[in-house]
Amino acid sequence: MTVETKQPYNDEYISRFSSSRNEPEWMKELRQQALSQSESLDMPKPDKTGIKNWDFDTYVHEVEGEKISALGSLPASVAALIDADNAPNLYIQRNNSAAYLALSEKWSEQGVIFTDIFTALQQHGDLVKRFYMKDAVNIDEDRLTALHAALMNGGVFVYVPKNVVVDEPLQTIFWQEDDKVASFNHILIVAEANSAVTYVENSVSHNADQATFANVVTEVIAGDNANVSYGAVDNYAAGTTVYAKRRGVAYRDARIDWAIGQMNDGNTISEHITHLIGDNSGSEAKSVVVGRGKQIQNFTTNIIHFGKNSVGSILSHGVMKDQASSVFNGIGKIEHGASKSDATQETRVLMLSQGARGDANPILLIDEDDVVAGHAASVGRVDPLQLYYLMSRGITKHEAERLIIHGFLAPVVNQLPIETVKNQLTQVIEGKVN
Amino acid sequence: MAGSVLEIKDLHVSIEDKEILKGVNLTIKSGEFHAVMGPNGTGKSTLASAIMGHPKYEVTGGSITLDGEDVLEMEVDERARAGLFLAMQYPSEISGVTNADFLRSSINARREEGDEISLMKFIKEMDEAMDFLEMDKNMAQRYLNEGFSGGEKKRNEILQLLMMKAEIGILDEIDSGLDIDALKVVAKGINKLRDENFGCLIITHYQRLLNYIEPDFVHVMMQGRVVKSGGSELSQRLEAEGYDWIKKELNIEDETINA
Ligand SMILES: Nc1ncnc2c1ncn2[C@@H]1O[C@H](COP(=O)(O)OP(=O)(O)OP(=O)(O)O)[C@@H](O)[C@H]1O
Ligand SMILES: [Mg+2]
Repeated sequence: MTVETKQPYNDEYISRFSSSRNEPEWMKELRQQALSQSESLDMPKPDKTGIKNWDFDTYVHEVEGEKISALGSLPASVAALIDADNAPNLYIQRNNSAAYLALSEKWSEQGVIFTDIFTALQQHGDLVKRFYMKDAVNIDEDRLTALHAALMNGGVFVYVPKNVVVDEPLQTIFWQEDDKVASFNHILIVAEANSAVTYVENSVSHNADQATFANVVTEVIAGDNANVSYGAVDNYAAGTTVYAKRRGVAYRDARIDWAIGQMNDGNTISEHITHLIGDNSGSEAKSVVVGRGKQIQNFTTNIIHFGKNSVGSILSHGVMKDQASSVFNGIGKIEHGASKSDATQETRVLMLSQGARGDANPILLIDEDDVVAGHAASVGRVDPLQLYYLMSRGITKHEAERLIIHGFLAPVVNQLPIETVKNQLTQVIEGKVN
Repeated sequence: MAGSVLEIKDLHVSIEDKEILKGVNLTIKSGEFHAVMGPNGTGKSTLASAIMGHPKYEVTGGSITLDGEDVLEMEVDERARAGLFLAMQYPSEISGVTNADFLRSSINARREEGDEISLMKFIKEMDEAMDFLEMDKNMAQRYLNEGFSGGEKKRNEILQLLMMKAEIGILDEIDSGLDIDALKVVAKGINKLRDENFGCLIITHYQRLLNYIEPDFVHVMMQGRVVKSGGSELSQRLEAEGYDWIKKELNIEDETINA
């Protein structure tokens, strides 16, 4: 059954949009085909969360953003994300325009590509084509994913050639300055064999009331023995309905490690899947969530083991306050043949108010005997004995709760590789839990 | 401050509707070291917890005052800021909060806003205190009590006591689980605080701690009350003879709170 949505952007619009961005023909065709597929596909069905009444249709598809000539001119909310004196590899997308780009010469000389998705399509079209919605996310997974492919309006392409180890983080900021503008951002990260890269991303908007939509797809491909460390803070404002898909594919001996701060203020579906294809591949998927207001969120974190001796661990910590409600689905799946694999997961939800709801569903799906698997899940309130202990040292109840909450979220916050991003996430958490 | 007085009068305490303390009287003045002894399950930790305001213990009668101020009216954090410190028998573990951050928050909690301890001064004081207690410096950056061994937790409680400058310290079995060397170090820490501005209540089962920290007064608890008080000779006699003579003397058959 398909849900009727009044998709305001038709084939003609998409064709025009693609031409205006000077896209290669294959991309235009991919978009048009995706649009026609979207019409017959079902909406996504996040487990235990009803989305029938969510608004996926109110948005403006394209708004230009001014170039940023100097980092000093940025508003505080964006400037706080950047260490302006030390940001050699930084991309800022403002609305749907590439507003700022820096990549240290030492990386570009070695063939590293770090650029906005449209430039990448023009200059490295064949390379993008090899990976774009092929091995990680498929266009026809659901209606919204097809719509993403049809309407993709921003994003970034990271390419690290064989044997190149990028030992500085590459930082991206998606700044939705306009309150109505939709983010159909596409993040494609390809690390070839024996390479390594650290990528850190912030998404920010300020549309507390104005409705809009973020339909974001992230694909991370780690070739044999490649190492990708991915950090992100999603911080879309309350007006934005978010559908975020993150997908990783790790080949032999490869690692993909994720640290994600889920700080959106609007209704959010986040689906995060890592495929451990190769033998000895590994992934850690860590995320923290703070839910507040009447926010409804659904987080699925899934690591699927195909390769032998593959190791996956999922850690999700969430804090829920007010009337916020969240479902956390943690799935460790070991396919037949993935012997000696290790799948562990831990989901912990801390409830700060009576009206908040948290639902942790740990799932292990195991099709192989010779494996290690384990899960832990808990939904609870702040431990009164911990509070007592801290307060017995003179710390006020409020401050004690603050310490406990920050401590609870620390395993992910501390993992973020850029100090400014870490600090900013700490501040966002501070703002949200107070 | 010219010295503090903690006064406990006819204290009755229940937990889950079961009366555990049945009229405790005790006065601790700064400059004095008191030892509280007594068989297992006679209410020693309950007394300590009630003084600090543990959420599970309900005071059903009597009073606790610190320099005339009603302690029972105060929240737990207010009691600490008023000068009470409890080294707990089982300190909580708090993940994600470093020992150092916790210590600094604790110290600042007792200072006025705007008068917070500088980071430099804090680190210097912490280093000194850790050296004094022969603690591994890495403990400062570890999460609070998380994965600490029993002895490390106790040492960490004393580290807090040293740094927080409380007026009245209550130490609940600070010696349990300590090896001989650690016992000496912990005793050294407590003795360092011994002056006319600091009073202390030491709950222990063993004379060996009191060999290092000589108490001015020794109290014995049974049946949820202080049944006997004396000087340091009392604990020595307990060490030699056990509790039977007291029970006989006072005609107590069952020393537990169920009696
Ligand atoms: N939650 C509870 N419900 C019922 N009884 C309790 C509870 N907590 C403590 N008690 C009882 O209160 C009594 C006093 O306990 P308390 O911890 O004060 O003893 P203690 O003198 O410190 O003993 P120990 O020397 O073993 O540390 C014990 O009998 C104990 O079982
Ligand atoms: Mg006890």
